[in-house]
Parts: sequence; C-alpha cells; structure tokens
Amino acid sequence: MSLITAENIQKEYKTGEVTVKALKGLSFEIEPASFVSFVGPSGSGKTTLLNLIGCLDKPSDGKLTVAGTDILHLDRKESASFRGNNIGFIFQDFNLLPVLTVYENIEYPLLMVQSLPVAERNKRINALLEAVGMTEQRDKYPDQISGGQKQRVAVARALVTNPKLVLADEPTANLDHKTAYMVIELMKKMRDEFKTTFIFSTHDQKIVGEAEIIYTLEDGELKGKEVRVGKNNG
Amino acid sequence: MGNLFKIAIRNLLRYKRRTLLTASLITIGVVFVLVFISVSGSFKNMMVGSITDSMLGHMQVHKKGYVASIENLPLNLNLKPEAITRLENILDNQPEITAYSPRIKFGGIFSNFVETTNIRLNGIYPDMELKSVPLLASRVIEGKKKLDKGGIWIPELLSKGMKVKVGDAIVVVATNKDGSVNGKQFIVTGVLESATGPGGRDGYIHIEDAMEVLRMEGMEISEVAVRLKDFGKLNTFSKKLDNLLSKELNKEGKPIFEVHTWENLSPFFNLARMIDVMTFFIKLMLVAIVLISIMNVMIMAVYERIREIGTIAAIGTLPGKILNMFVIEGFCLGIAGAVIGNIVGIALILILNMLKITFNFGQQQGLILQANVNPADIVAISATVIIVSVIASLQPAFKASRMEPIEALRHV
Repeated sequence: MSLITAENIQKEYKTGEVTVKALKGLSFEIEPASFVSFVGPSGSGKTTLLNLIGCLDKPSDGKLTVAGTDILHLDRKESASFRGNNIGFIFQDFNLLPVLTVYENIEYPLLMVQSLPVAERNKRINALLEAVGMTEQRDKYPDQISGGQKQRVAVARALVTNPKLVLADEPTANLDHKTAYMVIELMKKMRDEFKTTFIFSTHDQKIVGEAEIIYTLEDGELKGKEVRVGKNNG
Repeated sequence: MGNLFKIAIRNLLRYKRRTLLTASLITIGVVFVLVFISVSGSFKNMMVGSITDSMLGHMQVHKKGYVASIENLPLNLNLKPEAITRLENILDNQPEITAYSPRIKFGGIFSNFVETTNIRLNGIYPDMELKSVPLLASRVIEGKKKLDKGGIWIPELLSKGMKVKVGDAIVVVATNKDGSVNGKQFIVTGVLESATGPGGRDGYIHIEDAMEVLRMEGMEISEVAVRLKDFGKLNTFSKKLDNLLSKELNKEGKPIFEVHTWENLSPFFNLARMIDVMTFFIKLMLVAIVLISIMNVMIMAVYERIREIGTIAAIGTLPGKILNMFVIEGFCLGIAGAVIGNIVGIALILILNMLKITFNFGQQQGLILQANVNPADIVAISATVIIVSVIASLQPAFKASRMEPIEALRHV
C-alpha cells in the first residue's frame, strides 16, 4: 500500500483579483521507505506540494491521502495531531528553537506531541544523537553550532517521533556543497536505519542525483518521474 | 507543564533587557500600591481608632429620632428608666460586646466667675466610660485620670481661653427639659487634649452630677456608647443589634431605639471613604500598568517569534499548548513583578517605620506613622497582578495559537 496517494490535486491562490494556479492536477504515489526528491525551478510548486503532503495546507481540488488518511477532511487540531504523529519536518533555515539545547530541541516533539516515559525518551534521543553524530554537542545551544550541525539536529528532531514520513524543503539550500552532501547522506542513512520515507525538494542538480525517485515539476505540473536503478528501496 | 514553564522562562531571559524593564515597571507599581495602602490604611486605622476609642465608641444606641437632632443635644429625647432597663437587658446578653457606657449629653454655660462661655458636657459613669472608650484617659493632659463626683474634665481650648487650671472652681449652668435653670460648682480635675470629630471638645462630669444639674428625678440617658470585642464585626453586629432593638416597641407600637455605628456619627467616615476611593484608583493604575506593559511585551514576543510559532505548529504542537506557552510567559512576568514588588515594598515600609515619620491630625500633633503590611493586601495585590498578567497575555497568545503554520513559516 502506498504511503502517499495524490489524485489530480490542484492548488489555487487568490492574490487580490488574480487567481494563481500553483498546482495543476498532480497525480502520483509514493511508497514507504522511499527517498524521493521533487525538483524544479523557483515557482514550480515544490514548496506548495510539500506543504500539502505535510498537512500544512489543503488542496483546492483532488484527493490526497497520506498514511491512509485523507488530509482534506482534517480540522486544524486533527492536522496538528496528525503531523505530530506521522510527519517530521526539516526546514531550509533549520528552525531550531534558540532557547533549547541540541538535546532539548530533539526532545521537544516528544514532550509536546507524544508522551513517552523518560527512560524511553532518553534512549531514543541518545540513539539519534549518536546516529547524527551530535552527542558531544548535546548541551550546546543552536547559536553555538554550525549550519551543518544544526541541520543534523533538525534531522534528528524530525525522526525522534518515529514518523512514517519526513519532509525537507530545500534542506541544503543554506549549506555549502560538502555539508549539503553530508546532510543528504545522513538522511539516506536514517531512511535505511528507520525505514522512514524522505521527501525533499531541491534545485541543486548535484544533490538531486542522490535521490532514488525524482519528480520534476514545472509551472505546477508534473513533467517527469525518474527512478534511479538500484537506488529505489520502495 | 514543567517544560512549558522552562521554555517560557528561557524566552523571557532571551530578551533580558525587555523582561527587566517590564518586570521593573510592574515592581514599581506593586511597591507604590503596597506602600500607599499600608500608609493610608495605617493612617485611616489610627484615626478611626482615635475617634472610636477616645470619644464615640464603636457604635451608639439612642432614642429613636435623637441623632436627627443631635446638634441640639435635646433633653426631651432621652431614654427613660424603663427603656434603659430593656436596653441594658439586651446589651448584657450580647457576647460580642465588651463594654458599654450610658451618657447624659447636654449643653450649658461655663463660668470662671469672671467670664462665661458655652460648653457641651457628657455625664458619665467614669468606670464604664473608660472601658467603652479606653483612650479617653490618655487625652487627660493635665490633672487626674480619674473623674470623681464634683470634678470636671474640661477641653484644652476652654482651659486656655478661660485661663482655667486644674484645681480651679468653675460653675456650670444648664437649662433642663422643663425650662428650669440650675447651676452647680465643680472643681477642674483634668484638662483634655482636643480631638478631631464630634465630642472632641466636650467636657466630662459624673453622671450623678449631670442628673443634679438637670434636676432629673430618675435616670435618663441620651446615648449608650458600645464597644465590641472585635471591631471587624462592627457591621454584622450592628445589623444584629438593630434587628434585636427594632422589636422593642413603645406604647404607640413604634421602635424605641436607633442604632448607629461610628460611620454614621462622624464626618471622618467620609475622609476614610475618600482614602478607600483613592486606594481603589491607585489599584486601578496598577492594573493598567500591568495590563499595558504585559500586553505590549507579549505582542512583541509573538511578532518576533512568528517563524518559531510556525515551526512548533508544523511539528505538531497543538494550538492549546502554543496558547499556554505564551500565557505562561505573561504569568511568569507577573509572578516576578509581584514577588520582587512585594519584597521591595515590605522593605520600604520597614524603613518608613524605622524613620519614625511624624504627622499631625487636627489638634493631635506628632503622631508617629506606623505603616502596617496586611498579609491579605499582599495576597490581593499579588493575585491582581498575576491575574491581570494572564489576561493581558491572552490576546497575543490566542493570536499565536491561531496562526497558520504555513503563513508563519513564510514570515521573514
């Protein structure tokens, strides 16, 4: 069974009198434990699509099912709860909470979204800190670590709730190439270890090459799907 | 919840200068209110105590209609022996009463054999009077603090004006209710310090001397001053006594007695009420300070952290928890302001007491200011500050909780 099923989804925005069609009837399926990238130029609809998949927004038309849930019918509170339990987010600007340490940033979703016993919580966070190589920086605040390290923490935070899906919108845009590559490798490693589906958007062609399934978007339309032979685990 | 507090406190510490300024503003407000309440409250209590304990008593019972004509000291509105007995039977059975004192009040002419002037006199049983108004003896600035038959305590101003000293003989002349004029010679045994308010410039003689001057054949009483064990229960007991006495009817079936608390008898009550009104407005200012400062700082906090709100909302934080997060920030600011304000306020009050500041009230001079901190005031002020802080945080917190994560994440 597919993790994500999109059937003819459309998204329109109204800016004053003008209606902008951001997505024009997209249909696709994404299998569990995939490593998927949406590529395309700025304004092609990548972020809009990721927002829809991440239950941050709703399609204007069409049907979108994520982890067996039709997201069109979720209210505000249900959407938040669904995101907390099923989806992890990695942001372009890392978006770590500046008042929390590395450890606390990773812990945050467990405290606010899931109620786990302390022992289980510590075990899970320590395992992720180890996995992303941030154990030694666990007590540092975000302004005390580098951009690459911040994104590693963001990856750990996205994975800590054991989500079925992690969405990353331009996760490497603010990183140098070497660090960007390391972050993508880390995401792939996490996918292998936790069997979590990763979907990321990028316009960096070198990074795109690391994806196993690549969807190309242009002007709100799906222009192509490329499956890299031998890389698709899904 | 503990984590929400942790995040709230860290966010407050993140903007140290702003938090410090806001907390300082609340602190100043709390200190100002606390000091004002304690000083004005102490002043009020001192004055109320002075009036009730040296002249009026906590409350008074008169014949119905007497107080309406009290300025004339009408002798035809005195309580007769039968009514006095009925009244004493009721008063004796009230556990709330610690003492009461019957008085005959009348106006007369005071003569030092050279010149004359008017005088208002109270005929009293000295022992009963001093139990009912215990500070009366302390107003005797010259002479004996015990009033014997044949002796008179005269007010200080009269003593100076008429050049009469302790030990001098004087004559009091009065007209009784039948129009008969009578005079009696007294020896001045005490000079009374004047006091502000009704009765503050009255003279005192023994009640039997008053009966003799007024040629009363039987005991007649103008008023009975009552002292309670607990002044705080004045209004409750006043209603109770009024209820009991209203059942005592004369031959025409009308009530014999009327009950008045000191508040009905002294114009100082209006001053006390003014102090209460001022205190209310000062408290209102504190509410405004807290409301505006907390609301301002929380609106700023929400505006500056829109992307953070978007992030926590995106990763699944429920709107209610986002609301709590900001409300707790306001709550913590309120707590900090209230706690520091109370500590500084109490310290300031202690310093004021150590300085022994003096003030004058009417004829009373050199009264030492004794500001007292009432724990109930501290609790009330703290609760007000904290509740208003939470209320002030609600609107910005609600706004934060209703933000669309997608919009918030786009915010630059």
